[in-house]
Amino acid sequence: MTSMVEAQGIRKSFGSVEVLKNISFTVERGEVVCLLGPSGSGKSTLLRCINHLEKVDAGILKVDGDLVGYAPHGDHLREMRDKEIGLKRSEIGMVFQRFDLFKNMTALQNVAAGPVHVKGVDRRTATENARKLLAQVGLADKADSYPTQLSGGQQQRVAIARALAMSPKLMLFDEPTSALDPELVGEVLKVMRSLAEQGMTMVVVTHEIAFAREVADRVVFMDGGVIVESGPPSEVIDAPRHERTRAFLARVG
Amino acid sequence: MSTDRDPQTMRVVTPRRYGEVIAGIILALILASLATALMSNDQLDIEAIPRYIFSPVILDGVVQTLLLTALSMLIGLVLGLASAILRVSNNRVLAAVAWFYVWFFRGTPVLVQLIFWFNLGVLFQNITIGVPFGPTLFSIETNDLITPLTAALLGLGLNEGAYMSEVVRGGVLSVDGGQIEAARALGMSKGKTLRVVVLPQALRIIIPPTGNELIGLLKTTSLASVISFTELVGASSRIYSANLKVLELLVVVSIWYLAITSVLSVGQYYLERRLAAGSGLQSAPTLGQVIRDGILGRRARSLRGSAHNNPGTGEEQR
Repeated sequence: MTSMVEAQGIRKSFGSVEVLKNISFTVERGEVVCLLGPSGSGKSTLLRCINHLEKVDAGILKVDGDLVGYAPHGDHLREMRDKEIGLKRSEIGMVFQRFDLFKNMTALQNVAAGPVHVKGVDRRTATENARKLLAQVGLADKADSYPTQLSGGQQQRVAIARALAMSPKLMLFDEPTSALDPELVGEVLKVMRSLAEQGMTMVVVTHEIAFAREVADRVVFMDGGVIVESGPPSEVIDAPRHERTRAFLARVG
Repeated sequence: MSTDRDPQTMRVVTPRRYGEVIAGIILALILASLATALMSNDQLDIEAIPRYIFSPVILDGVVQTLLLTALSMLIGLVLGLASAILRVSNNRVLAAVAWFYVWFFRGTPVLVQLIFWFNLGVLFQNITIGVPFGPTLFSIETNDLITPLTAALLGLGLNEGAYMSEVVRGGVLSVDGGQIEAARALGMSKGKTLRVVVLPQALRIIIPPTGNELIGLLKTTSLASVISFTELVGASSRIYSANLKVLELLVVVSIWYLAITSVLSVGQYYLERRLAAGSGLQSAPTLGQVIRDGILGRRARSLRGSAHNNPGTGEEQR
């Protein structure tokens, strides 16, 4: 059986700055991987490459055995068409730092949007399912609220439900609690924890060391566009081998 | 310093606004003297105004003005939406075409454009549709096609489209990129993202300047009188060129423009109010409230108050 994410030799530059320098890593099925590292270490960029929100400059990136965003063409890779990329993305859920709910839709409509507009599910079925998902993240009573009427933590839980509505194989979290007030972080982490317990494959960019220690199967520490070390939290967080990891953990810990 | 009075009974009293009172008195004096000067002037035939305001020629002019405004706006909306979407599209050739269209039609006077279209027959005697350098499918003599109405529609519609293009583009660009990324991450195509996420939100931004455009267009239609299209101004000039009551008829015309503009403004207000309700923002007051509060000076304060519809607690209910 193939890995859920398989990345080999990923390179990515913004202008003259190389943010990913020959990155290789894998995520197994059902695994929860936390990406840690200082700002500008390339962890968010790596996450965004997985569903082709960022285009890699070079390297092979496969999700569930298929290339994302590129198709082989002779001895090089050529970018896929919009439709094909969309199809692949629809299998990968993503949660953003700033929630990015659709402001013209209620919480319920946000959650139903993917199935209705991407998968062509009929509105009634999609809405029913959306209600269940909102209940799952503890927001059954906020179905008819617009994003501006919800707190940050509530918005982020709606955003998680919106991603789950597509029944993704893989969930990507891009600093999901960084924009939240401290007292709202817990409710979002709780939803993510229960998702991990249900066996969802997750890649989480985070600064929540305690969450990573508790939930992650594996922690990947990045700095300066390379993976410095990777392993179970008991090693990387509690007994880091590299000086850079130690320095980072001392700063955020 | 302490007082023996209960602080609760110490009411706050708004001081009298002497500046407003003085300005009001001066204004009343100016208006009164202006009215007397007009009424006592025997060069102005006041009685002619009510006589002409509902005369058949003027009423027909009103209908033609409304028709020309509505059709030109429709053309403008379609062209504006299409060219705005092309300008943000990935097709660089079509984006350049849309840019050129806006640059050209916004950059030349609409009066010049109107006269140009009206004289198109001088340039091309026939208009032919067919495969380029190939067989002809359809041909018509230009002077049969270009009437004052079609020339006016071409001139005003194409010009309005260029302005509307910028209005729509501004609305589209106002939708934040994060939501577009979120839609793309769900697997939505570009077109779907535009239709489902971007345009519904852009609409709220687009409506006020579009109302402005419509009111501007209403008055710009008067230029069509130059190419012998008999709208409101054209109709009035037919009358005053016969009876020389130029100023009286200009008053008649102005009353009509003001009346139509007022109706359009009210319509725009209620449209904005409905769209705001759909967006989950606090619903705006009714027009009656606005006028009352505006006169009493409360509007500014209540606006500032509602700007903080605090999303932090999540306790608000619709």
